[in-house]
Amino acid sequence: MAVDTRKCVGCSDCVVACQTENSVPIGFCRDWVVEVTDGTYPTLELELRSERCNHCDNSPCVRCCPTGASHYDKGGIVVVTHNKCIGCGACIASCPYDARYAHPDGYVDKCTFCLHRVEKGLLPSCVATCPTKCMYFGDLNDPKSPVSIMLKNRKYKTLIPEAGTKPQLYFLI
Amino acid sequence: MREELIVSGRMNPFIDPHLNIWHWQIPLYLFLGGLAAGILFFAALFYLRGKENEYRAAVKIAPMIVPIILIIGLFALFLDLKHKAYFWHLYTVIRLQSPMSWGAWTLMIITPLSFIWAALHIKEVFPKWDWKYQWLKDIETFFQKYKKVIAWLMAIYSVILGVYTGILFSAFNARPLWNTSILGPLFLVSGLSTGTATAILFSKNHEERKTFARIDLLLIAIELFLIVHMFMGFLASTQVQIDAANLFLGGPYTAPFWMLVVAMGLIFPAVLEALELIKFRIPVYIPAILVLFGGIMLRFILAYAGQMSRWLY
Ligand code: SF4
Ligand code: SF4
Repeated sequence: MAVDTRKCVGCSDCVVACQTENSVPIGFCRDWVVEVTDGTYPTLELELRSERCNHCDNSPCVRCCPTGASHYDKGGIVVVTHNKCIGCGACIASCPYDARYAHPDGYVDKCTFCLHRVEKGLLPSCVATCPTKCMYFGDLNDPKSPVSIMLKNRKYKTLIPEAGTKPQLYFLI
Repeated sequence: MREELIVSGRMNPFIDPHLNIWHWQIPLYLFLGGLAAGILFFAALFYLRGKENEYRAAVKIAPMIVPIILIIGLFALFLDLKHKAYFWHLYTVIRLQSPMSWGAWTLMIITPLSFIWAALHIKEVFPKWDWKYQWLKDIETFFQKYKKVIAWLMAIYSVILGVYTGILFSAFNARPLWNTSILGPLFLVSGLSTGTATAILFSKNHEERKTFARIDLLLIAIELFLIVHMFMGFLASTQVQIDAANLFLGGPYTAPFWMLVVAMGLIFPAVLEALELIKFRIPVYIPAILVLFGGIMLRFILAYAGQMSRWLY
């Protein structure tokens, strides 16, 4: 997935869309919006990022899960199988992005890129809802997918690549 | 100037404002694991060297409490799980990449070993003990024959268990404070040290206590060396690890760590043990209890401080 930090206005619609689509319990969220302000008035620079699990290619959360509940699913999407998760919290501690949380029902939960929608050919709920259309989703191995095209044409960055997890959420800058 | 804010208001319980997912259960589990490893290691060591009668407390008496310690430890781990009804999944796979997994399996092996070891010595420690059933006696005689093998297994697995208690933390690169390979040896040595302290507590024999005081002095010296080494490593590393070290060098954990762990848990008992060795009379249980206290504190402080250390972005 790629997120255009220049188009995002920080409305947080993606957060609400996700909470509604995935019945995220009240008080929790799987995605969130970060606002970065650089400089001092009047020379300010603003960056807005809609963040979520990075579906890392070398994900510590999958590595440290003792039961295999956290695993790579179709297309490299990182998913937790709820009824295999024992709630040990190892994956929560292992994620440098703090993208996971413990669901009140006991298992660990996080962004799934709306795998249930993607399987039906739909876009993830946050992507579909965004009023500025600032998110691009697709298969990075397919050069014709919207996300590949955006990454070809724009400059981008990933968050803390030095943490070594090979994050797969790209921010267009 | 740079300011980063989560404007959509993320406040996930136990995650924000900083990670707080592991509470007292995990450090307690790690302390008890290290303690069990320490006791079993010295029991096996002195048995294999043929010194079981000189070192009665270490080989026979202290191991009596290990099964209880391990059961409490496993129970603490169980309490930490948030999806308790599914805990059995832990024992459906072995995932070597996951310290949580192979650690749970190590405990699955060492817990029965500790039961067997305790059973083999229970008659000597409690002379009135009676197995009551013939089949229990048969099992005992069976294991008596293989005592050497059991001792070897115990020696090996206790080292694995001791190192594991540190690796459980050090495998997390997301928490810079934990992400140092020194934690494995540090927790192993600390576990061995608490093991010697327990042997001293149980021992009534002056010579045995003296030997263990000597061993403990050496272990404490190694621990201090590893701690200094750990901070040197942090301070020479990347910004996130410098920040992690600063939690202890001026940050919120400065006083607890240097006072409770280093001064009270290491230096003070070492001085007392040294004084005892040069013939001052000091009640032996004081340094031993301080060592145990330091061992608990080390794990609690590292567990909580580690969750405060992170990759800021
Ligand atoms: S962002 Fe965190 S939860 Fe998501 S795949 Fe990476 S390490 Fe795992
Ligand atoms: S909390 Fe669940 S998903 Fe996370 S590591 Fe433990 S078992 Fe795996």
